[in-house]
Amino acid sequence: MNQLTRWFSRNLIRIYAFLGFTYLFLPIIYTFVFSFNNSTKSNLVWVGFTWNNWLNPCGAPDVCNALGNSLKIGVLATFFATLLGTLMAFAMGRYAFRGRSIVNILIFLPMATPEIVMGASLLTMFISFGFNPGFWTIVIAHVMFCISFVVVTVKARIASLDPRLEQAAMDLYADERQTFRRVTLPLVAPGIAAAALLAFSLSFDDFIITNFNSGDVNTFPKFVYISAQRGLPPQANVIGSSMFLIALIIVLFGQFVGRRRAGVR
Amino acid sequence: MVDASTSAHGDLTLKNLTKRFGDFVAVDDLDLVIPEGSFFALLGPSGCGKTTTLRMVAGLEEPSSGSIFIGNTDITYEKPYKRPVNTVFQNYALFPHLTIYENVAFGLRRRGVKDVDAQVQKALELVELTHLSSRKPNQLSGGQQQRIALARAIVNRPALLLLDEPLGALDLKLRRAMQIELKWIQTEVGITFVHVTHDQEEAMTMADTIAVMNEGKIEQMGSPADLYDNPRTSFVANFLGQSNLIKGSIVDASGDNKVVDIFGTKIALPAARNHAHDSSVLLGIRPEKIRIQPAGTSMNGNILTGGVISDASYIGVSTQYQVEMTWGQELMVFEQNDDGTPPLAKGDAVTISWEPIFTFGLAGDQDANAGSEANPDSE
Repeated sequence: MNQLTRWFSRNLIRIYAFLGFTYLFLPIIYTFVFSFNNSTKSNLVWVGFTWNNWLNPCGAPDVCNALGNSLKIGVLATFFATLLGTLMAFAMGRYAFRGRSIVNILIFLPMATPEIVMGASLLTMFISFGFNPGFWTIVIAHVMFCISFVVVTVKARIASLDPRLEQAAMDLYADERQTFRRVTLPLVAPGIAAAALLAFSLSFDDFIITNFNSGDVNTFPKFVYISAQRGLPPQANVIGSSMFLIALIIVLFGQFVGRRRAGVR
Repeated sequence: MVDASTSAHGDLTLKNLTKRFGDFVAVDDLDLVIPEGSFFALLGPSGCGKTTTLRMVAGLEEPSSGSIFIGNTDITYEKPYKRPVNTVFQNYALFPHLTIYENVAFGLRRRGVKDVDAQVQKALELVELTHLSSRKPNQLSGGQQQRIALARAIVNRPALLLLDEPLGALDLKLRRAMQIELKWIQTEVGITFVHVTHDQEEAMTMADTIAVMNEGKIEQMGSPADLYDNPRTSFVANFLGQSNLIKGSIVDASGDNKVVDIFGTKIALPAARNHAHDSSVLLGIRPEKIRIQPAGTSMNGNILTGGVISDASYIGVSTQYQVEMTWGQELMVFEQNDDGTPPLAKGDAVTISWEPIFTFGLAGDQDANAGSEANPDSE
C-alpha cells in the first residue's frame, strides 16, 4: 500500500502527461487507424485491415481533384500572403510613419473577426463587384486572412534583430541592397519560413470562408464536409494522415537543421 | 569615380562637429585632429558624446552641423560603406549566420577584393584564431568574439579603425591581456585607432593621446602622463585617477613658483601648472604623491600640519588614509607599504608633505567634485 502510494507520487507527472497526450492524440490515432479500414462506403465501423486505401488514395470520386485545388490555392495564397505580409512587417517594424499604430491595430482585425462574418461579407463584396465565386476568389480570400498572421510572425522576428548587425554590414562596405540580402534577409528567414508554413496550413485548413466564396470549386475541407453527410471514404483519412505525417517530418527536419545551425553538438 | 573607401588617407579632422537630438546637444562644436597612425582615446563618462562622435565618423549618425575629413577628403555625408573606416562594435555585432571565416571575409567580398583567402588567413593569424575559422560566432567565448570582431575590421586595412568600448564585456583579467594585445596589434598594422571608453585605466594603458570628453566638449587632450600630472580642469583631475582639491588664493605670482595661501599655510605651485585665471585657485595634489608622518616629524617641500587620520585602510601594496585637516576637509593620502614601519592608525596626529613640482592649480570657480561621481572606479 505504502509502496504503491510512493510509486504513484513519484510518477504522477508522467501519468498526467500520458493522459494529456492521449487526449491530444487519440483523434489523430483514430483517423490514422481508420485509414486502413477495408470499407467501401461509410468509414464508421471497422471492417478489416487493408493497404488498398493507401495504395490508391484517389480511389474515392473527386477526392484528389479537391485535394489538388486545396494544394494549388494553398501554395498561391501562401506565396502572396508571405510576400505582402513580409513587406508590411518590414515597413511596420523598421520605419516610423504617420499612422503606424493604427495600422498595427488594423492588422489584428482580420484575426479577431469571426470567420463566418468575413466569409459572408466577402461573398457580398465579390458579387457586388461582379466577380463569379470560384478558384480566384478563394485565393483572394485566403491571402486576405493569412496576411495578418504573416505580418505578426515576421514582425516579431524583425523586432528581435539587433540593428547593430546591419550597421556592421554597412560599415563593412555592404550597400543597402547587399546588407538586406546578406544580413537582414538570412536572419529574418526563419521567421518568414514559419509565417509561410502557418499561412499554408491556415489556407489548406479553411472551410468557413472557402465555403462562402468557392462557387462550385471543391477544396479538400469542403469535400470532407460534404461527404461526411453521406459517409466519409477512407481515402479522406489517408490524405488527412499523410498531411499530418508530412507536417511532422517538416517540423522534425526544421528542428534538425536549426540545431545544426546553432552548432549544438 | 574616386572611391573614398580606398583612396582617402591621412589625419582625421573634425571641424565644428555638432550633433543635437532634439534640444539635447550630444556633441558640441567639436574641433579635433587625430594624427594618422596614432592610438587615440576618447575618454568620458556615459552620455558625454563620445560614442555619438564615433558613430558620426563611422557614418552611422549624421552630424547636425560641422564636417569630418580624412586627409583632404570630406566624408561628412558619405555613406558608411563608402568610408575607409571600420568599427569594432561594443557587442562585437558578429553575423550569427556566418562562420568566423565568412565574418572576416565579409568586407573583402563586398569590395570585390582578390585573394580573399590569403588575407583572411593573415587576419586570423594576427588574432591567433585560425583554428576556429569554421565555427559560428555563438560557439566562441567573449574574448574570442572580441578578437574576431577586431580581425573582421582590420582585414580591410582601413585608414581608421574605430573601437567602441571594445573590452567592456570582458572580465578584468582578460581585459588586461587584451589591452596589451590591442596595443601590440595597433603598432603591428600601423592603422589609426580611435578608441572610445569610459574606463580611464584602459585609455591610459593603450592610447598615445587621450581626449577627455564631458557634456559634448573636449575638456583636455594630451598624453596620459600629461593629463594625469597636469590636469587643466577639476573634471579631468577627478575623472582620471583621484585628486585632492583645496581652495586657496595666490598671494605672490612673481616667481617660477607661485605662492598660494591655503587656510593660512603657504604652498608653492609651479607657474607652468597653474591654470587659474586670477588669484582664486583650486590647488591640486594626487593622493600617492603625498608623504605622511606622525606630527612633529620634520619634512621638506610643501607641508601641511595639524592633520588627524580619520580613516586608514590597509590594501596590501599601500595604505589609504583619510586625513582631516584643520579646516575640516578630508584629504586622501596613499602611502606605499615599503618602509617597514607599521601603518599609522585612526586618530593619529600627522603632518603631510609633497614635492612642490607635483602641485597643480585649477581655476578657483570650478566645481571641486566635477567628474568624481562619473568615474566608475570611485563608485
